[in-house]
Amino acid sequence: MTQSGSELLRHVKEQIKEVDPSEVAQLLGEGVVVVDCRETEELAAGMLPGALHIPRSYLETRIEGVVPDRSQRVILYCASGIRSAFGAHTLMADMGYSDVESMAGGFTLWKDRGYEVQVPRSFTAEQRERYSRHLLVPEVGVEGQQKLLDARVLLLGAGGLGSPTALYLAAAGVGTLGIVDDDVVDLSNLQRQVIHTTDRIGTPKVDSAAETIKALNPDVAVVGYPTRLDASNIMDIIQGWDIIVDGVDNFPTRYLLNDASIRLGIPVVSAAILGFEGQLSVFAPGRGPCYRCLFRQPPPAEMAPSCGANGVLGVLPGTMGLLQATEVIKLIIGAGDPLIGRLLMYDALAASFTELKVRQDPECPICSRDPNEIADEELGVFPDYEAFCAASG
Amino acid sequence: MAIIRIPPVLRPSVGGEREVTAEGATVGEVLNNLVGAHPATRDQLFGEDGGLNRYVNVYLNDEDVRVLDGLDTVVSGADGLVILPAMAGGASLSR
Repeated sequence: MTQSGSELLRHVKEQIKEVDPSEVAQLLGEGVVVVDCRETEELAAGMLPGALHIPRSYLETRIEGVVPDRSQRVILYCASGIRSAFGAHTLMADMGYSDVESMAGGFTLWKDRGYEVQVPRSFTAEQRERYSRHLLVPEVGVEGQQKLLDARVLLLGAGGLGSPTALYLAAAGVGTLGIVDDDVVDLSNLQRQVIHTTDRIGTPKVDSAAETIKALNPDVAVVGYPTRLDASNIMDIIQGWDIIVDGVDNFPTRYLLNDASIRLGIPVVSAAILGFEGQLSVFAPGRGPCYRCLFRQPPPAEMAPSCGANGVLGVLPGTMGLLQATEVIKLIIGAGDPLIGRLLMYDALAASFTELKVRQDPECPICSRDPNEIADEELGVFPDYEAFCAASG
Repeated sequence: MAIIRIPPVLRPSVGGEREVTAEGATVGEVLNNLVGAHPATRDQLFGEDGGLNRYVNVYLNDEDVRVLDGLDTVVSGADGLVILPAMAGGASLSR
């Protein structure tokens, strides 16, 4: 049977359900998945609030990644309601989706009627090219890349863990990176701290890291804190950041950070390394246990060697730092299952990962309480804190 | 009998091994037998009151024994124990 384009469209529209923009306006945010199937260049004028973007030409190949449940109610729209009609027909007739509708009149009618429009940040041509491999991943896409560009991530240290994390977060387009480090680049750092270079020995690490990041991705703003974190400055430094990446080498700072981040409600992506082994977990206030729930007390000094004294395989902080970067990106774009309530152990010699459950301690002295009731003088404190610090020198 | 995963800080106390095996019907028995075979591990695992040190976590497979029956948790032949002290290796930001 040969049909003209208009005949085919009429035929398709007879077989699908069309929904009026007035009804769609009522349904936004009510559990309906709204998919914009226009081409990327058409989005500059705006999208329906909360809509996901899958160009019509990729609809069949990407819809399952975005809407795995075939009984989910889906509303497609395009500019005028033609492409979305064909798309709805394909999803229902050929792919087994049971509840797909096409918005009549498309974005043009929606906008003409004065309904709310969300104007996405327009990417420059260079950004579209730079982040093209992200834009192709359904879990990132335009929306996720915007979130990355808007995100503010604070890295504690531009050392072994912080170097690879900073490099990949910068490459991914995380818009603002903060770096706390008061050290200068040393020749012995370069075996693992890959953000620095031989010609920058003696340069402050904050400056060296900023230089590398700028050269890699000019979209990224770097905020440097060439200082040591302590109880007097931690609240000022970490306030206003979306996520903190912790890779510090000592327990007092880890507990101090834990307590301060709970007070401010900031998730911490935490890693530690020693020799050939690494540990990784995500401590998200209100969503899971905290560092104190995992380790109720810091160990005494003889049980707490730092990698400076004990050595570390140079690639290990690379592995663990990139796992941290992965968790950071997942938190920003809201994809997957973050490592909350779980501890991942990596044994490089055995080439094995072990996952342990981390339970929230109902009697945790910090995270079981109202964050507003945690006083300044309680941050990072233990009943025997003085003795511990004296012992650890 | 259980296989016990030994963390880096405890390996010097067990002759450098990453895993050791020990007999016992409960977590406490297994750890006591570990201490019997490797006395240097005693002070690192147990406090003066005979309980586990608070800075050491012990997991039966993937679960913290504190949310099971602690040292009385029953161990079967196929189980693995993980000893996990906190580690803090990374960047030097304060001292």
